[in-house]
Amino acid sequence: MSYRSHADLGGEDGHGRVVPEPEGELFHAPWERQALALTLAMGATGAWNLDMSRSARETLPDYSTLSYYELWIKGLEKLLAERGLIAADELDAGRMLHPAPPLDRVLRAADVPALLARGAPTERPAAAPPRFAAGERVRTRASRFDHHTRLPGYARGKIGRVEHVRGVHVFADTHAHGRGEQPQWLYTVVFSGRELWGDDCAPGLGVSIDAWEPYLEIAP
Amino acid sequence: MERRVRALRTVLAEKGYIDPAALDVLIDTYERKTGPRNGARVVARAWVDAEFRNWLLRDATAAIASLGYTGRQGEHMVALENTASCHNLVVCTLCSCYPWPVLGLPPTWYKSAPYRARAVKDPRGVLADFGIRLPESTEIRVWDSTAEVRYLVIPQRPPGTDTLSEEQLAACVTRDSMIGTGLARPP
Repeated sequence: MSYRSHADLGGEDGHGRVVPEPEGELFHAPWERQALALTLAMGATGAWNLDMSRSARETLPDYSTLSYYELWIKGLEKLLAERGLIAADELDAGRMLHPAPPLDRVLRAADVPALLARGAPTERPAAAPPRFAAGERVRTRASRFDHHTRLPGYARGKIGRVEHVRGVHVFADTHAHGRGEQPQWLYTVVFSGRELWGDDCAPGLGVSIDAWEPYLEIAP
Repeated sequence: MERRVRALRTVLAEKGYIDPAALDVLIDTYERKTGPRNGARVVARAWVDAEFRNWLLRDATAAIASLGYTGRQGEHMVALENTASCHNLVVCTLCSCYPWPVLGLPPTWYKSAPYRARAVKDPRGVLADFGIRLPESTEIRVWDSTAEVRYLVIPQRPPGTDTLSEEQLAACVTRDSMIGTGLARPP
């Protein structure tokens, strides 16, 4: 398998200016509301988890040409198709043509407020003490990943400092691929701008990521 | 896309995978019931109540929950206080992680390639796109939300607001000031 994410944009040049937008402009077409709601409602069925949907979106080959909610819809269609829950001819026809395999749950209107208020905390009990302490110098993994990961490209093979120990959290790298939660210690690791971008970087910049323990080793 | 999404919705409803009424509740929640006014109330409380501010900085999830804001995409909150010497800016370079219970859904620019690409490398350039210029001596700290921790910036309280009520102060707190791409506005 050769896994490729198209979502890892940090530090890329050539994307141009940021275009600010007033508060309250959340949707730009009626279907975007439906894209949000369909994605959340299908996520609540338990047919996949949130890390799987992130992985489905970031691996869409035409990622860079799609708007945000187009990514959501295409990601949703991919997750449904992979599980045999929907077929291409059904989308073309706009109606059900094949029997529907049962799902664990269906989100009912009355259950929405409680579901959203509960959320899905990812912190888990610690099985072992953390390997690193705040203040320690660490180096991030440099080699490439052949799966979903949250170690951005710009922060690979870099030396930083552990600033906070955030507890033990579900490990997105395995959770995204159906290989279980495998909870790991999570750390906020801060890098100097110069470490990330070289000596030309303006002084007075610090950038942090939240990194799971397997991304880190003690800095030499 | 309109037709494509309608087809998808119809097929999922016919299969019994979705309850169309649940979709309406989801949309209503994020379009009307949740949004940056929640975060603004958190910030205003922190400005007027030192004990709450300390709690917010120590355990943001609990402090924010005490005002009634909890749940999806805000399960593990951290508050970042801007000072004269340090300005915090939040981004999600990999996608769009954002603290929904206090800020609602992220704006388009937050999810866009230009912001995600530049925030970690040229934050002063990004701030300039928002019309913000900070002193050269101010340290800029960028927080890339790469896991499930969600960050809320507490902007500096504008000068000349000593006599304002908590509600009036909340009106000074913009969405962008809680992401770090803006400052709280004077009354």
